[in-house]
Formats: sequence, structure tokens, C-alpha cells
Amino acid sequence: MTITLEQHIDPQLIPILEKVHDPEIPVLSIMDMGVVRSAKMLESIAQVKITPTYSGCPAMDVMGEDIIRAFKEANIKAEVSLVLTPAWTTDWITPRGRKALEEYGIAAPLEENADKEALLGNKKVVKCTNCGSHNTTLVSQFGSTACKALFQCEDCLEPFDYFKCLK
Amino acid sequence: MKNENLIQYIYGIADNALILGQRLSELCGHGPSLETDIAMTNIALDLLGQTRSYFQYVAQLSGDNKTEDDIAFLRTERQYKNVLLVEQPNTHFGYVITRQFLFDVFHFLLLQELQNSKDEMLAAIAKKAIKEVSYHQRFSSDWIKRLGDGTEESHQKVQEAVNDLWKYTDELFHMTGDDVKTEELGIGINVALLKERYYQKVSEVLEEASLTIPEMKWFQKGGKQGIHSEHMGYILSDLQYMQRTYPNMKW
Ligand SMILES: [Zn+2]
Repeated sequence: MTITLEQHIDPQLIPILEKVHDPEIPVLSIMDMGVVRSAKMLESIAQVKITPTYSGCPAMDVMGEDIIRAFKEANIKAEVSLVLTPAWTTDWITPRGRKALEEYGIAAPLEENADKEALLGNKKVVKCTNCGSHNTTLVSQFGSTACKALFQCEDCLEPFDYFKCLK
Repeated sequence: MKNENLIQYIYGIADNALILGQRLSELCGHGPSLETDIAMTNIALDLLGQTRSYFQYVAQLSGDNKTEDDIAFLRTERQYKNVLLVEQPNTHFGYVITRQFLFDVFHFLLLQELQNSKDEMLAAIAKKAIKEVSYHQRFSSDWIKRLGDGTEESHQKVQEAVNDLWKYTDELFHMTGDDVKTEELGIGINVALLKERYYQKVSEVLEEASLTIPEMKWFQKGGKQGIHSEHMGYILSDLQYMQRTYPNMKW
């Protein structure tokens, strides 16, 4: 576990890293998720540093193993470690990642103020991933995983997850 | 300051997250509704995740091949430094929410300060954890208002919970010797200074929920010195069972 790190990813390693997906949101690669903070070759070993989305996220351990496996398939030995600062934010999810989330049925995070209004149930700002209506209501501030809240659409009645803004 | 002061100081923070996380985990599958069940287990997961970061750091500081698991599972009761508040039992939902709320408000204020600790690792863990805890605080405050302002029965139950748990709140602001030693170096937080902001925030929410803070002159303390209530032994027997029965077992 290291403390702080600037993002630096060797472009040659990106195709391998893009093969690794979040085990709980399989449409999202760890690159689109923004959790890879550094990846470089050091004496023919790939050194990969990832940052946790949430402290207790059980997906982190799995991602670590999956990264090692993906490199192994490319005949490269890899080592994975965790880095804490700067702490992960939903701003690091790429535009492609946000699109993949929406198509998968998870509403992408809103900006901070709108997020607060949505989670306090004050404003109807979260868009239904099924029909696109904004006539949606909060069911629970916590959804199927720590990073999501549960919403329901009042128009098409579809229940869906909303990826909470984390700043 | 010795390493040992820092380690003890970290236990004072991490054990709160561990024991409350354990308490909330007991509710997995027993929440009053699917949504609250999921919320409470998600909060438990956040707290246990934070505990892991603290314990990995302690393991690093101890340097004697200790692992985070040894620290979590193999200490004796007196070596746990959590406050009495977090070990109180899960009686009913209103009680669980009140316990959570009284802890969350403190936890948020503590992490706010700990972000500026001169110890870089503690500051980094706090910066990560505070994002999660702001959601916990929002969840528990929200429910305090709903229950306090709900039916006659929910109001009565949650007011009784406040009356019962209030005696454990003063301990949150008690400075131990390790608190003092780490605070002198700009590492630890002077929790005594958080008290005023704590009462302000708590009163604000309780007032909105039409609940009142009980008059109280005598407060219960001891957890921070390792002197726990009768509940602690049961929590630990559950928590430590696997490692005690099958030493060094791994998943
Ligand atoms: Zn809809």
C-alpha cells in the first residue's frame, strides 16, 4: 500500500489493461473506470498500481488477480499494488465508460450538486436508463453495491441503479 | 513519541470502524426491508474496508511479520480501543439507526481533521474514508428524521434509543494518553475540540426530527482504555472464532 502517486500509464500496456473489467460491472474496463493510476515495465515485470473505488470494495482483490492473469496471457509477469492518494473520484470514469454504464442500465453519476439533490429526493434529475424519463424517485441511497443507489422510474416503472457521485 | 503510541492511536480510530462494521454485518439478511438491509451491509463494508487500510498500516509499523488479520482477530478484549457506543447491541431498527447517527456525526468531524494529519498515511486514509462517511451520515440523519417525525410508535422508540445511547457520547471526546502524545506532533486530533460542533450538528438533526437530547450529568466511558461492556466478549467470540479454531486459516 503506497500513499500518493501521479497518474502515469505506459501506452503499450493499455491494450492489455483494457481487457480487464470490473467484476461487478462487466461492461466497464478498469481503464474506463479510472482505477489504474500507473503501469510501467520495470526489469521485464509490469508494475501496475490501482486505486480503490470504495475502501471495502470486494472487487479490488478480484481486479488485481484479473490484471495478473491478463498480463500472463500476454506472457508478461505483473505485480499489482494499491495506492490511496489522490482518492478515486467518479470524474475519472471516461466518457466511453459513462456511455457503457448507461447502456448497461446504470445511470451515470451526475455532478456533485445535482447528485446531492437527487439523493435527498429533492429534485428529479436522474434519467431513467430504460425510457429516458426524468420522472424518477429514489428508492434507497444504497443499491446492490456501495457505489450505487437504487431508483425507480415513475413512467415506465423500471427500477434501476444510479452510480453515485464520489468527489 | 514511540511507534507504540501511534499504533495505539490508530487502534482508537480503527477499532471503532471494525466493531461497528461487525455489528452492522450481524444484520445482513435481517434488515427490516431489503433496501435498509442492503444499506446497512454496505455501510458495514465501507467500515471494514477502512479498518483494513488502518490495520495494513499498523502491520507495516509493527514490522514483526504481523498481518492485518493478526491485528483484527488475535488481540484480547483489553487490547481493543473502540468506544462503548459502537459495541451496543442491535435491538431494533430505531436503535441501530440512532447508534449509527451518533457515531457518524463524530466520525465525519474526526476524518475532516485527520485529513490534515502530519502522518501522510493517516491523512490519505481519512481523505478516502470521509467520502464514504458523508453518505453514512446522510443515510442515518435521514432515517432519524423519518422515524422521529413518523408514527407515534417510531417517535417513541427512537427517543428512547437517544435517551439510552446518549450516555456513551461523551467518551468520544475523551483524550487518552496516546491521543495527547500524537496530537502534540500534529498527527493525532484533539477530539475534545470537536465536541461543540458535534452537539450543534446532533441537536440540529434531532430538533428537525422533533426529538430531544436528554438531561444527563453522568456519562459512561472505558472503551478507549480497553475496558468494555459485557457485549464485547460476545462480539469478539463471533469475530475471532475462525482464526482461533483454525489458526492461520485463509479463505
Ligand atoms: Zn423509465
